[in-house]
Amino acid sequence: MRARQLRARDMLRGDLEGEELERHVEEKVVMTSFERMLGWARSNSIFPLTFGLACCAIEAPIAVVGSPRYDLARFGAEALRASPRQADMIILSGRVSVKMAPVVRRLYDQMLEPKWAVSMGACSSSGGMFSNYAVVQGADKFMPIDLHIPGCPPRPEAVLYGFNKLQRKIQGNPDQGWRARYGAAGTEEWARGGPRSAPSAEGDEAYLVARELIGA
Amino acid sequence: MAEPQRPPGGEAETEVMTVNIGPHHPATHGVLRLVVDLEGEVVRDLRPVIGYVHTGIEKSCEDKSYWKVIPFVERMDYVSYFFQMEAFCGALERLVGLEIPERAKYLRVIFLELNRIHSHLVWLGTTGLDLGAVSMLWYCFRERDRILDLFEMAAGQRMHTRYFQVGGVIEDIPLGFEEKLRSFVADMPVRVGQYLDLLDRNEVFLRRTKGTGVVPRERLLELGVTGPLLRAAGEPWDLRKTFDYLAYPRFDFKVPVGTVGDNYDRFRVRLAEMVESTRIVEQALDGLPEGPFIADDRKYVLPPRSELSTSMESLIHHFKLVTEGYRVEPGEIYYAIESPRGELGCFVLADGSAKPARVHFRDPSFVNLQAFRDMSVGTYVADMICSLGMLDPILGGVDR
Amino acid sequence: MPDAPGLELIRGEIEQDHPGAVVDTSFAQERAVLVVDAAQVLPVLRWLRDSPGQGYRFLSSLHAADYLPAEPRFAVHYELLNRDRVERIGVKALLADPAVGDQGEGPRTDTLARPQAPPGQDPQSDLPQIDSCVSLFPTAEFQEREVFDFFGIVFRGHPDLRRILMPEDYVGWPQRRDFPMGGEPVTFTYNERNYG
Repeated sequence: MRARQLRARDMLRGDLEGEELERHVEEKVVMTSFERMLGWARSNSIFPLTFGLACCAIEAPIAVVGSPRYDLARFGAEALRASPRQADMIILSGRVSVKMAPVVRRLYDQMLEPKWAVSMGACSSSGGMFSNYAVVQGADKFMPIDLHIPGCPPRPEAVLYGFNKLQRKIQGNPDQGWRARYGAAGTEEWARGGPRSAPSAEGDEAYLVARELIGA
Repeated sequence: MAEPQRPPGGEAETEVMTVNIGPHHPATHGVLRLVVDLEGEVVRDLRPVIGYVHTGIEKSCEDKSYWKVIPFVERMDYVSYFFQMEAFCGALERLVGLEIPERAKYLRVIFLELNRIHSHLVWLGTTGLDLGAVSMLWYCFRERDRILDLFEMAAGQRMHTRYFQVGGVIEDIPLGFEEKLRSFVADMPVRVGQYLDLLDRNEVFLRRTKGTGVVPRERLLELGVTGPLLRAAGEPWDLRKTFDYLAYPRFDFKVPVGTVGDNYDRFRVRLAEMVESTRIVEQALDGLPEGPFIADDRKYVLPPRSELSTSMESLIHHFKLVTEGYRVEPGEIYYAIESPRGELGCFVLADGSAKPARVHFRDPSFVNLQAFRDMSVGTYVADMICSLGMLDPILGGVDR
Repeated sequence: MPDAPGLELIRGEIEQDHPGAVVDTSFAQERAVLVVDAAQVLPVLRWLRDSPGQGYRFLSSLHAADYLPAEPRFAVHYELLNRDRVERIGVKALLADPAVGDQGEGPRTDTLARPQAPPGQDPQSDLPQIDSCVSLFPTAEFQEREVFDFFGIVFRGHPDLRRILMPEDYVGWPQRRDFPMGGEPVTFTYNERNYG
């Protein structure tokens, strides 16, 4: 550690030469592609839209973003913006009623690219416990959603975990942890238009293997 | 009465402009849409448009057996969920004629008052945020997290705990709950004093809230307004004192009442209510009786699981209650309690089957919203935002 | 609550001033209810509010219930509260459904598909009608709109009767018993892929 400090001081003074300089550069300078750097920057500086619909709004954004215990500021996302034109990410926290759906869609359209939509809780992901005339059964029906967080309401830790997954998705590196663990690669469900939305033989086979593994 | 500024000398041409505030707006406390007629900055007319989070809960309840209705009605007014549970379970208990044990009454009171403190903390945090006192949000939510820890300890879930059941509460409080609650109760009055210190001598806050949003007491009564809004206007009406339900008559607590009925009085009334709720919780903890936490009547209450392996009758009761649910004789009941926003009433119509034929909630925010027009017409837009914060509407209850 | 004899006394006094208004009384679970005929509900409410001995000046709640298949089908409930004596009384106004055919074939099932007539303007409209009590209790304004929105009960004399919680152009009366629960299936990709 002390050796590195001395070397850095030498470099600043212009005293490092030759092999020492190369070694220093290797340690200090990160070589990466532009997309990855952009992804890293974007994911760590998300501007969420202040948008709360119902119960989940009390858990997040208020309890997650605005609470000292579960703090979203450590992920760089504390700058909540009220105007959709200035926001990156919309968190649909709460049940989307039939009257509210066009309003949400309009808000989403007003956001600028690149934008992400997080559907928090069971109600906005799939209508939740309200399977009736007044609630849209999943915000998927009228807008593209990037991340679903289950729960009613989800624990703030779950929201933060979902947020981390969104960050990895933005960086182009979606989390494949549990599928690798259970040998269930190929069973992902992709929305229509995604790379694997058409049925494939490998996918169905992998599904059957996975079912056997869990003993179903 | 506020008047728009006019340029000196000469007539200015003014027109009334209709502005739409919401349903997505940082200050609307949920998805409330206001169509406001403005002349300059003075509000001339105001029409609230609601229904943006209407969930059809009342209709959904007609399709579910009685105990499955409890999680549904919890989610109406999503900040004071224990109150909806108490309104529904209390209504059913009266309809059926079921007496709940003493310990259950005390436990219900403890959780109801904790939920009242929770609701007022959320109100204070968000209203402070609306008015520009942003640090109130952080302080209030720190306390709120402690309350949610207590709920999680007892019921397993932070919000929407489905802790009350017909006949009592679903589970007894665990070990360690009492100490944690006592330490919270000891801290809370100090915290409320700190909130007062933050806001009560803040010149901006005082100028914004004093004298704004005044509605005379008789007009509030005509409009059906109850709760802290009515008490701030000078009317000492609190259902906890007038109708004795649960164990409230045994506790010694005061009902804070204001004088003028402006936004500052509403603020002080709610803060004082937080302190009074703390006292009620303390007294309830001190007097918590031993005994069963849920009634014994196997027709309506699940038997304890330890009995299921030994008694055939318990097994049959359990099976019937879980699959079909209990049937309630035809009848109607209306039962009202004092929620943090006012009178929360529950109407249940039973038709003899295992599902209710009609469940209706008289939600206080829905009725209090009618007073908003009276509060804001003739004042500035900024005062309207302040009144909206002090009105404390929760749109889940308004829209159901 | 007025007890059972007190309720009968109230009924007797109302009968003197407005004969035929009170159809029935009911006292169950310590709750006193006056069942009245819908055409005379305003005089009964005014009597309960203004009579010197009564003074039920606070309307706690106004809601409706659908008693299908019992007749009359609808009932509008008024929960009144006397704050001085701390007593509640309920008034239940029974309303029949005019959409029932003369042969008694039951409510029309095509009312959902037809566009609804503007409220209160079409005398031939097959929506049940009752007088609005906004003049007596201003708190009823939003609550009557809610009853109209969900049951289609028209309140004559309401200043602004239109839908309040459903979208303005919604067709149908959601909380009637014969209105379907609704809700479409959730789009799980597995279902779409395998079942179309």
